[in-house]
Amino acid sequence: MVLKLKEVTKVIAQSDLERPILDQVSLSLAAGESLALTGESGSGKSTLLHLAGALDVFDSGEIYLDDQPLSDLSEAARAELRRTSVSVVFQQFNIIPSLDVAANIALHARLGNRHDAEWEAYLAERLGLSDLLHRFPEQLSGGQQQRVAIARALALRPKLLLADEPTGSLDEETGQAVLALMLELIRETHSALFLVTHSPTIASGLDRQLHLQGGRLR
Amino acid sequence: MSVRSLLLCCILGCAAPAFGQGFAGLGTTADGFATPQLGQVLSFPQDHGPHPDFRIEWWYLTANLEAADGTEYGVQWTLFRSALAPGEAEGWSSPQIWMGHAGLTSETQHFSAERLARGGIGQAGVTAAPFEAWIDDWSMRGDRGLQQLALSAQGDGFSYQLVAKAEGDLVLQGQNGYSVKSPDGQASYYYSQPEYRIKGTVTLPSGPVAVSGDGWLDREWSSQPLSEDQSGWDWFSLRFDTGDKLMGFVLRSKDGVEDFSSGTWISATGEVTPLRSGAFLAQPIAQAEVAGREVPIKWEVRLPGRDVFVVVEALNPQSWMDVAFAYWEGPVTVSGSHTGKGYLEMTGYE
Amino acid sequence: MSRTVLSALFSYWRRHLFQLGALIIGLALATALWAAVQAVNAQARASYAKAESYLAQAEQRSLSATTAPMRVADYVRLKRLGWKLSPVLQGRWRNSIQNLDIIGIDPLTSLQVPGQTPPSSAGGETPLLLALLQPPGGMIMHPETAGMFGSGYDAGFGHLQIIRSEAVPVGLAVVDISLASRLLGSAEQLTRLVLLEDVPLDREKLVQLPAHIQLASMAEAQVDPGSLTESFHLNLTAFGFLSFAVGLFIVQGMITLAMEQRRNMFRTLRCLGVPFVSLLGLLAVEMGVIAFISASIGLIIGHFIAIALLPGVSITLASLYGAQVEHGLSLRANWILSGLAMSFLGTALASAQSFYSLWKLPILLAPSTQARGQQLAGRYGAWALAGLALLAAGSIALMTYGGLLGGFVFLGGLMLGAALMLPFCLWQVLHLGQSLARGALAQWLWADARAQLPGLSLALMALMLALATNIGVGTMVSSFRLTFSDWMDQRLSAELYVTAQDDDQGAALQIWLEGQGHRVLPIRSHELQRQSGPLRIYGVRDDATYRENWPMLEARDAVWDKIAMGAGLLVSEQLARRENLRLGDHLPLPDGWPGEILGIYSDYGNPQGQAITSLAKLLDNAPGAPNRRFGIRLPVEEVPDLINVLMQEFDLKRENLVQQSLVKSRSMAVFNQTFLVTDALKLLTLGVASFAIFTSLVSLWSQRLPQLGPVWAMGVSRRVLALLDILRSLLMAALTALLALPLGLILSWALLDVINTEAFGWRLPMYMFPFDWLRLVLLSLLAAFVAALIPAWHLFRLHPHELLKVFSSER
Repeated sequence: MVLKLKEVTKVIAQSDLERPILDQVSLSLAAGESLALTGESGSGKSTLLHLAGALDVFDSGEIYLDDQPLSDLSEAARAELRRTSVSVVFQQFNIIPSLDVAANIALHARLGNRHDAEWEAYLAERLGLSDLLHRFPEQLSGGQQQRVAIARALALRPKLLLADEPTGSLDEETGQAVLALMLELIRETHSALFLVTHSPTIASGLDRQLHLQGGRLR
Repeated sequence: MSVRSLLLCCILGCAAPAFGQGFAGLGTTADGFATPQLGQVLSFPQDHGPHPDFRIEWWYLTANLEAADGTEYGVQWTLFRSALAPGEAEGWSSPQIWMGHAGLTSETQHFSAERLARGGIGQAGVTAAPFEAWIDDWSMRGDRGLQQLALSAQGDGFSYQLVAKAEGDLVLQGQNGYSVKSPDGQASYYYSQPEYRIKGTVTLPSGPVAVSGDGWLDREWSSQPLSEDQSGWDWFSLRFDTGDKLMGFVLRSKDGVEDFSSGTWISATGEVTPLRSGAFLAQPIAQAEVAGREVPIKWEVRLPGRDVFVVVEALNPQSWMDVAFAYWEGPVTVSGSHTGKGYLEMTGYE
Repeated sequence: MSRTVLSALFSYWRRHLFQLGALIIGLALATALWAAVQAVNAQARASYAKAESYLAQAEQRSLSATTAPMRVADYVRLKRLGWKLSPVLQGRWRNSIQNLDIIGIDPLTSLQVPGQTPPSSAGGETPLLLALLQPPGGMIMHPETAGMFGSGYDAGFGHLQIIRSEAVPVGLAVVDISLASRLLGSAEQLTRLVLLEDVPLDREKLVQLPAHIQLASMAEAQVDPGSLTESFHLNLTAFGFLSFAVGLFIVQGMITLAMEQRRNMFRTLRCLGVPFVSLLGLLAVEMGVIAFISASIGLIIGHFIAIALLPGVSITLASLYGAQVEHGLSLRANWILSGLAMSFLGTALASAQSFYSLWKLPILLAPSTQARGQQLAGRYGAWALAGLALLAAGSIALMTYGGLLGGFVFLGGLMLGAALMLPFCLWQVLHLGQSLARGALAQWLWADARAQLPGLSLALMALMLALATNIGVGTMVSSFRLTFSDWMDQRLSAELYVTAQDDDQGAALQIWLEGQGHRVLPIRSHELQRQSGPLRIYGVRDDATYRENWPMLEARDAVWDKIAMGAGLLVSEQLARRENLRLGDHLPLPDGWPGEILGIYSDYGNPQGQAITSLAKLLDNAPGAPNRRFGIRLPVEEVPDLINVLMQEFDLKRENLVQQSLVKSRSMAVFNQTFLVTDALKLLTLGVASFAIFTSLVSLWSQRLPQLGPVWAMGVSRRVLALLDILRSLLMAALTALLALPLGLILSWALLDVINTEAFGWRLPMYMFPFDWLRLVLLSLLAAFVAALIPAWHLFRLHPHELLKVFSSER
């Protein structure tokens, strides 16, 4: 299993009250598999995604990334994991404004010592970024920026690709095309895809679908 | 080399483009200075005093002394005058520089000291009548002439206070005091008092010793006594037990040119005979290493015309005057055809 | 990984060259001013140390005279008693080229010719000593001093040869004592006798000394320039520190901005697996590189500033304290290291807060900038309290400790305290403005100004400090200038000043001039050696010139009548302050001199004490006082004719005849040169502060769009927004300037009344120069206007699209 959650609970404080945002959540995801998570705003989708990316900590249960239990890992080991095994496509893209498109695409792979210029060029080509490689993010449209974020995530050839509303900035049609491309590319890298979306249409394109409501999976 | 000795180089060799020639720069030209004239009659007591128009001048007393236990000593008291420019002026602007040397020698020990001063302010000088020569706290005081002298000097480790009484007249060296120093005609005014009876005290680190003996005073002034090709001199003043006295000097030439020698024979009766040039012969027969150089400390001295064939030997070979312009000066003993004592001065040994 | 992270970090600077430039320039300027001041100080201190060790080597123990002068006869007498001594004659030689301190030594008796290290070969040295001794003589001096003299000097009795030696301190000439006695006109006197033996002197020996001669330790014989000049260097250091602090405001602003704007990048990098510690380490490396580059640039600039300042500084030191400093700047490890250290320290200080907030930065959430700003505003009260405490501490130090140190502590507390109080005051004023404002736009203007305060407060503090310094130092210098100019008018009342070649000519000149019906005022003086240093006593004729003009600070009634009768003397302010003398006190002087103090007069720019008595009293006690200088009273229009006649009749050189106007202009030139350093530093500080405002405004720009967007959307045109922007900037600068004014005045009071009196030995009246203040306020407004112009222009030209972005995506 690339990703396995076992009865994971996370509590957040909200106006003096502690409320579980995730309540005993369990799921698993195998290599090459794709999973869509849907839910209302504030249902805890993003939190679950962040937990899966070793970005946040949980209160009980266990998460196994590539069969390693996260609660045993030090801060440095978690950083190492993020650098080499997991990549995230953020809702706000989080691309670096002062680096050009090419450097942004290569950034994560470089940090994880997996830099492969040919593969990055191929990704850029497939995502329609080849002519934009020397532009800076501020010169790109929202959709182009989203595609840069996707390219950066895939450039690492991660074991697990996490995507938070990766088509949120795209119209329906383009969104579908990008999703199809992502699915094709993770097959090439044998990555598992864990995708958070509020769109049932997008979700239906993936192998499995889960719905989060009130901190519990349905 | 200390700054002071450098300074002396320049004092004694002042204005000399060919500095370094001759001992202490004595062999330089006499621009602006008076030169000795043959026939000039010396007059006393005035000539006991300084002659500032001449470049150099000295008052030079040496003595062979003996303690009650027979220990022999030699004493030197010298005042040199050297002028940066002819003439005298009051105060600091005086061009006259004075230099005092004092020495005390025994068979095993030798002490020397030096004083420097400039003229014009009274720190050093000479007055003719009454006679006094002084520098700092050293002095040589006399009566109207040079008949009686009281002299004193002190340096590191030694001092002396002596009284000298002359027996006999002044001796005018050379031709009535005109003493030729080279074949080229360089000359000086030169007179002596060769016959002093001396009494007094010499003080060594071991304490004071009462002494008595004989002394010899030389007075000489000139502007350029050495020729430029002369490198130094060996000067002898010998007092034989017969009562005869011999003053002789050899001016050594550079580059193998013939040495120049001259001297004076003073008989026991006081008769003074200048020696003709070349008559006085002195040949080194033994050397010693003194202050890092080879210096002759045993001489064969001959004056064939007077049947003098003697060996002159230093009482203490290490009689080195460790002053700015260092030289050898010390008591000697005489043996051979004549016996006696005397003083030897050797300069220009590098 | 590190390389990738570093290149990502540096990519920010590549895209924000202005910020990088401002950061580097700010840091470089701060370092430059600091390093320059340090370099100047180091140079000066090295010169003092050299002079001191030089004198120490030349002096050892010595004998000096107390109640009567040391005479050559005394020296000769002791020499003949067997004392091992070497005479020294020292004094100030006034000549037509440059006044010099000369030390006359006797090379025959002194152990060493000071400063002359004999080389291994004798050949090179001989001409030197010959040149010293051979009439007319030579002078050994530092190449810099020698520069003024060229190849030699025509002393009237011959051509003096100049021998250059680095070993002799600047402003000093070593000569043979015979030449010294000629140049100083002192044939009979000596300054001291150096003991050549290092043996203890027993009582038997000491009783040989005449009553007026004593064994003096070196400390007594020499007035240490160090303690006198220390205040001046402290002054410079304070200035350098101030400039550095002002520069740091820029750096702090820039670093904060760069950190702020890169929060997202840091977050992303951490998400991508860069460990937090590595990130912090690499950020430190980045700052270190920037600090090093800035420091290097700063040191180079500082070097040139120091080179430009040094001549002024050395003239200041020479004219105020008589201390000499070499002009040629040498690289010294200590100021280079101190510059580097300050640069790194400053960067660390300026980035500490940013690093701290980064430490607190959560990996996932970016907090809003604005909220933090509001929090900061809440701290202004605490800052103001800290400022008040500093002010109180400074005032207490001044009142209890007093003196120079107390004065500086007070200044430090005052400046820093006031700076800390500034944001609070501005906050309150802006609050008041807002509540009084009518109309929505006006209210928004005040509120927006207040909202900008957190970003601008540091720059405004810098501006206030710079303005206050300018007002304070400017008031001091101008007060000084005015006082000095008045004083010169009083002091230099004779129309023509003549210097004769010698005393005989002087006497002849006086007779001739009086025969022509001119009033002649002989300027004759005698220098007494006292325990506290040399004292020059002038003897003056009873003349209306003195009675009417002399710049008296306080005096007994009919003081000039009493002086004329020889009943007492006048002392200079410096002497009075140094020895704590008041009217009626008795100045301890050798027998024969009048001692009662009848009046105190001002004597600016003179490091040494001075006194005045009647000419008759002077000549009674010092019959040999040179009689060569005269002031001549005559109608101004007759001066040129008289100059011509004197030149012909007495064969005087033109430079020996000086018109009053020339003396005044020369003195003013020296004066102006003196404060050139202060002026330069003043301007540089103001420039740095203006730059700080400019960079703050420019960096605030990007954060301001979210505030401007809604206002624009509500119908305020970009042109109006741009104008309001400029207006607000002017408002802030004007408020700051207003607050800087009282601070500057307190500063100038402290400088004039506390620091000056301690440092220079004279007190100056304070004059107000409102026009100067106005000029400064306008200048700061201009600076703020220029600084605001670029962001305003940017705003004016802004594409609506940019403003719309505010609504589409909050960063």
